[in-house]
Amino acid sequence: MNTLFDKIWDAHVVTTVEDGPTQLYIDRLYCHEVTSPQAFAGLRARGIGCLRPEKIICMPDHNTPTHDQDKPIEDEVSKTQVDTLTKNAADFGLTHYGMMHPKNGIIHVVGPERGLTLPGMTIVCGDSHTSTHGAMGAVAFGIGTSEVEMVLASQCILQSKPQTMRITIDGKLGKGVTAKDVALYIIAKMTTSGATGYFVEYAGEAIRSLSMEGRLTLCNLSIEMGARGGMIAPDETTFAYIRGRENAPAGDDWDTALAYWKTLKSDEDAVFDCEVTFCAEEIEPMITYGTNPGMGMGITQHIPTTEQMSEAGKTSFIKSLEYMGFAPGESLLGKKIDYVFIGSCTNGRIEDFRDFASIVKGKQKADHVVAWIVPGSWEVDRQLREEGLDALFIEAGFEIRQPGCSACLAMNDDKIPAGKYAVSTSNRNFEGRQGPGARTLLASPLVAAAAAVTGVITDPRTFL
Amino acid sequence: MKTKFNILTSTCVPLPLENVDTDQIIPARFLKATTKEGFGENLFRDWRYDKQGHKIESFVLNDPTYGGQILVAGKNFGSGSSREHAAWAIADYGFRVVVSSFFADIHKNNELNNFVLPVVVTEGFLAELFESIAQNPKMEVEVNLPAQTITNKATGKSESFEINSYKKLCLENGLDDIDFLLSNKDKITAWENASK
Ligand code: SF4
Repeated sequence: MNTLFDKIWDAHVVTTVEDGPTQLYIDRLYCHEVTSPQAFAGLRARGIGCLRPEKIICMPDHNTPTHDQDKPIEDEVSKTQVDTLTKNAADFGLTHYGMMHPKNGIIHVVGPERGLTLPGMTIVCGDSHTSTHGAMGAVAFGIGTSEVEMVLASQCILQSKPQTMRITIDGKLGKGVTAKDVALYIIAKMTTSGATGYFVEYAGEAIRSLSMEGRLTLCNLSIEMGARGGMIAPDETTFAYIRGRENAPAGDDWDTALAYWKTLKSDEDAVFDCEVTFCAEEIEPMITYGTNPGMGMGITQHIPTTEQMSEAGKTSFIKSLEYMGFAPGESLLGKKIDYVFIGSCTNGRIEDFRDFASIVKGKQKADHVVAWIVPGSWEVDRQLREEGLDALFIEAGFEIRQPGCSACLAMNDDKIPAGKYAVSTSNRNFEGRQGPGARTLLASPLVAAAAAVTGVITDPRTFL
Repeated sequence: MKTKFNILTSTCVPLPLENVDTDQIIPARFLKATTKEGFGENLFRDWRYDKQGHKIESFVLNDPTYGGQILVAGKNFGSGSSREHAAWAIADYGFRVVVSSFFADIHKNNELNNFVLPVVVTEGFLAELFESIAQNPKMEVEVNLPAQTITNKATGKSESFEINSYKKLCLENGLDDIDFLLSNKDKITAWENASK
C-alpha cells in the first residue's frame, strides 16, 4: 500500500538520524553556474573532493547570452560565474557541457533529453524547477546551495520525508488546452502555497493522455504551488521516450530496467496524505493577470474583484494589479502586448515550438511585437531546424536565438523593459522577474503564438 | 556564519506583506556573485532603493524607527525561487530570526542551514505582534530556542514553535550537516553495495 513516491524514497534511505531527517542517497546531481560556486568553495575550504563525480553533471544555462555564444560573455559577472563552473567541473573531475557544446542547454531540458534522468531515480539540483524531472517517474526536487555542497561531498542529502498528495484530473482536455494550461489551472485553484510540504503525484485520464514533454511542463510548474516536487508514474509513453537515448540502458540492461520501472506506480490501496480531483473539461487555455503564478484564469474570464478578500489579501492583490496596470473585474482579451517569449525549462522543448508554429504558420508577426524564440537546448535547436520550423518562423518575421534560460529570469541581456507587457511561456510572473518593471503574462505556446500574430491577447482556439 | 543560537531578545522589523517571494528578498540580478558575503546590502533591494539608487524612505529597512535582529513578515514568506541567496541576504543583513505564520519550504530550510531561525506562529499571534510593534517600535520579542517559545514582551503572550530536533541541535552547537554526513561514509558505501 505504498505510493510511487514512498517506493522510490524508501529505496534510497541510507540511514535515518534519530529524531531527525533522513539521509537520502542521490542518483543524479545537476549543477548550474548560479547556485554551485559557493558549494564548490565550501569543498575547497574543507579540503575535500566529490564522493561520486560520475553522478554529477554540470552546465551553464542561467547567464548564457542568446546570441554570439561563441564569443566571450560581455557581462563580467556572468562571465565569472560561467568560467567558475568550467573550472570547478575540471578541478573536481565532473562532466561539463559548456556554452556552445552540442549537449548544452537548460539543465531541465537536457537531463531528460540525454537519458540522464530516468524512472526511479532520486535527482536534485540547486534550482526549484528540478521538479521537472519527476515527469519521468523520478523523485526530483530543488535544493539550496548548502545542500548542493552536501551532495557534492557525500552523494547524500539530509531531508525530512514530505507528505504526499495526489492530484487527479479526470476526463479529456479540450481543443487548444495544453499541459501548461493544466498546470496554471491547478496552481490557480491550489494557490501558490496550496501544496507546500507535499510531494505531488499527478494521475488520471487527462494526465495519462499528455505526451512526455507535456508531462515535463506540468511537473516543472509543481513548485509554483509550493510543492516539493511533482511526479507521474512511468508508462508506455515514458518508456518510448527513453528508449534509445544516450545514457539510457540498452540490451539486457534495458530489459532489467524496464521490468523494474514497470513496478513504479502507486499501489491500488496506497494512501495519500491529501487527495485533490479536478475535471479536465473545465480547463480553458489559461493566462495570468497578476504577479504570482496562482493569479491565473481562463483566457475568456475576468480578473476577480476584491469582494470577499481579507484585508491583507486585498492589499497584496491591489498592489499586484497596480504593478500590472490592470483593474479588478477586467477581461484581458484584446489587450495590446509588447513582447512574446517562447522558451524556458517550462516550454522550451520541440513540441512547444511545434505548437507555436501551428498558429504562426503562414501568418506574420504583429509589427509592434518583439518576439524572442529561445530553444531550451542545442538539441531542440537542431530538431526544429531539421523539421523546417526555422524557415517557417523566419518567414513569419521571427528570429531564433541561442539556447539558455534567457528572458525567463533575465540574467542575461534579454530583459523586458519596464512597463511593457510580455506574454511568456516561462513559469514566473513575479515583479521584476523578466526585467525591472516588466509585466509578465504566463501562458502556453499556443496563447503566445496567438498574441504574437495579433499583437493583442487572443483566444488561440479561434485559430484552431 | 556558524554562530550558536540560544536565547535572543531583540526589537523587530515589521514587514506586514503576504507572499513575499525570494525575487523580492534578493532580485535575480544579484545572484551573480560567487561568494556568500555582501548580500545584506541588497536585501529587498527594489523596495529599498528606487531606480536611481536613492533610498525609498517609506520602506521599513530605511526607517530608523525600526531595527533589530528579528524580521516579522506576513504569511507565506520566501515563496518562489529556491535561491539560497535570499537566506544569505537575510543572515548577512543581521537578522537571526524571521517570524511569520507560514514559510515556503525550501526557503525555510535555507534559513536553517544558514543559522537563521524561522519561527512559525499563529495568525493571531502574528497580527498582535504587528500591532504591538506599531504601537511601540522599541518593544522586544524573546525567542528561546531551548524552550522553543516566542514571547511578545509588550503583551506578555507566549507561543511555542516547532523545530526539527536535529536542526535544533545543529543551531545550538553551531554544527553543520556536512560535518555530520561525512562522519557516515561507511553507511553510504554499504547502501551502494546493497543496491547494485
Ligand atoms: S528556464 Fe527559468 S525556471 Fe528554468 S532553470 Fe532557467 S531560469 Fe530557472
